[in-house]
Amino acid sequence: MLFHTILFYLFSAVLIGAALGVVFARNPVHAVMFLVLTFFQSAILWLMAEAEFLAIVLVLVYVGAVMVLFLFVIMMLEVNVEAVKRGLVRYAPLAGAIAVIMAAELVQLIWLEGAVTADGSFTPNPEGYDNTKALGAVLYTEHVYAFEIAAVVLLLAIVAAITLTMRKRPNLKVQNISKQIAVRAKDRVRVVKMDVESKS
Amino acid sequence: MIGLQHYLTLSAILFVLSIAGIIINRRNLILLLMCIELMLLAVNFNFIAFSRYLGDETGQVFVFFILTVAAAEAAIGLAILVVLFRNRQSINVQELNTMKG
Repeated sequence: MLFHTILFYLFSAVLIGAALGVVFARNPVHAVMFLVLTFFQSAILWLMAEAEFLAIVLVLVYVGAVMVLFLFVIMMLEVNVEAVKRGLVRYAPLAGAIAVIMAAELVQLIWLEGAVTADGSFTPNPEGYDNTKALGAVLYTEHVYAFEIAAVVLLLAIVAAITLTMRKRPNLKVQNISKQIAVRAKDRVRVVKMDVESKS
Repeated sequence: MIGLQHYLTLSAILFVLSIAGIIINRRNLILLLMCIELMLLAVNFNFIAFSRYLGDETGQVFVFFILTVAAAEAAIGLAILVVLFRNRQSINVQELNTMKG
């Protein structure tokens, strides 16, 4: 148990450090790398909380797809970093003050107010428990409607992203498919009947 | 013994950091999106901690849906960002004052 506790604090420290890196990094590419580290540490912490399926999903979906998408966009845009970051110093005290106040309130609520019962230990899983199996059993029965809506949301995201970023370039030569299909032989080919001409 | 309170505290710290990030990086739209992702991660931490505390998988199903919606949100947000940059050559939030908001 002591080893478990030490690991938790170690990973939490790395997680918070990486989150600080996201907030204060000057270069957006570095910020994305810190965000990747944040997600990775979170996945490890979720593993320690015995939520294995979601930990793996976090690594696969977030680190594998969403963060790569962020990297693509950042490298495509080539933003002038220094010009964008100029306002950082001015708002840092305000941000720090708000963060400290909110953190104090939340910690007070969690630890002192007794909103959470004193013994916050997790319920031990029964013998032979399978997290993925249990999640699937709930997901495809009780929450199947929400599951289908999630599929529609993803489809909507695909359609929206493509329609937003697609652009029609002027002077670009493209095929007009419907015109191509609608064309008939008599529109294009004219058969000319004429007499055979003799050699003069 | 690591339990609910520890995870809740960690999530609170993460949430507060992302709020500070939103205030600090008000100009850069990409960093704003990244801070929102961080915030959603903090929320997911809460859901997982409570799910394990109560021994109920429904909280983890919620996390699953939040991940889905967050991925969709990131995709659409980045698409809007690309279109914006194509039209304005800038992603500075301060310059987006066409609508006088």
